[in-house]
Amino acid sequence: MITLGHYLVVSGMLFALGLAGVIARRNIIIVYMCLEMMLSAANLALVGFSRFHLVNGLPDYTAQSLVFFTITVAAAEVAVGLAIIVALFRSKQSVDVESVTKLQG
Amino acid sequence: MPPLLFYLFALITLGFGFLVVTGRNPVTCALALAASFVGLAALFLSLDAYFIGVIQILVYAGAVMVLFLFIIMLLDIKTEEGKKLNLPAIVSGVLLAVLLTLQIIAVAGGTPLAHKSTQDTPLALADAAGKIKAALPTITNDLKAGELPDAKLIGFTLFDQYGFHLQVIGLLLLVGTIGVVVLSKRERSAP
Repeated sequence: MITLGHYLVVSGMLFALGLAGVIARRNIIIVYMCLEMMLSAANLALVGFSRFHLVNGLPDYTAQSLVFFTITVAAAEVAVGLAIIVALFRSKQSVDVESVTKLQG
Repeated sequence: MPPLLFYLFALITLGFGFLVVTGRNPVTCALALAASFVGLAALFLSLDAYFIGVIQILVYAGAVMVLFLFIIMLLDIKTEEGKKLNLPAIVSGVLLAVLLTLQIIAVAGGTPLAHKSTQDTPLALADAAGKIKAALPTITNDLKAGELPDAKLIGFTLFDQYGFHLQVIGLLLLVGTIGVVVLSKRERSAP
């Protein structure tokens, strides 16, 4: 029997995978993909809670509205982030995170 | 949904997610991420969130991944070969991920709803039709017919309760668009 706990564990594992990628990878574009993965994992937890917390016998649509907002923000964020990556590549000719260390103390 | 399908889609989501984290070639990573999002969309469908599942495929697997692939091709990024691995970062990343997973597994069982399955909490569609008084007649008609009009219900929630937030998000998209144009404008003269 598949319970809410199963969905939460899948969501947590997906988030952990994304976190590991953000910390370990050096290619900025792949770091960015891992960020998207973490956002989607949070969405899965939200939709899971929405389905199991019934309001009037229907899923809680407040949570799904929040997922809608998250997806919109993620889309805007990807557009701006990739524009920054392109600008960075223009000035450094590299997408390695090690090439951007100017703010390092 | 049969438990087997849940495990299949969870495996697709996590397996391709693992490929994203470990892949050497950015194009492989992007395609694996698209496959992972398709698996995630199937999980959304299994939770009766049809609208969110479709949006997940349209926006993430469609628009966002095309944007990623476009940038990868545009910048002509090569596979990272021969570079030494950043060992401390990899060790700390894996360690943090394992710790976080264990913590979430420990916490997930403790929420009040954690041991409910979809069979334990069935949707009461005909029952809901009587209770949602303010809803549009098209929603109540669908509910009486035994269908779940979830796109209509999300739209109703958005415009009924979150109208202001919807306008703010529209403004955010506008600001994002302007930001992209400003960022990608080439500087005329080098200082």
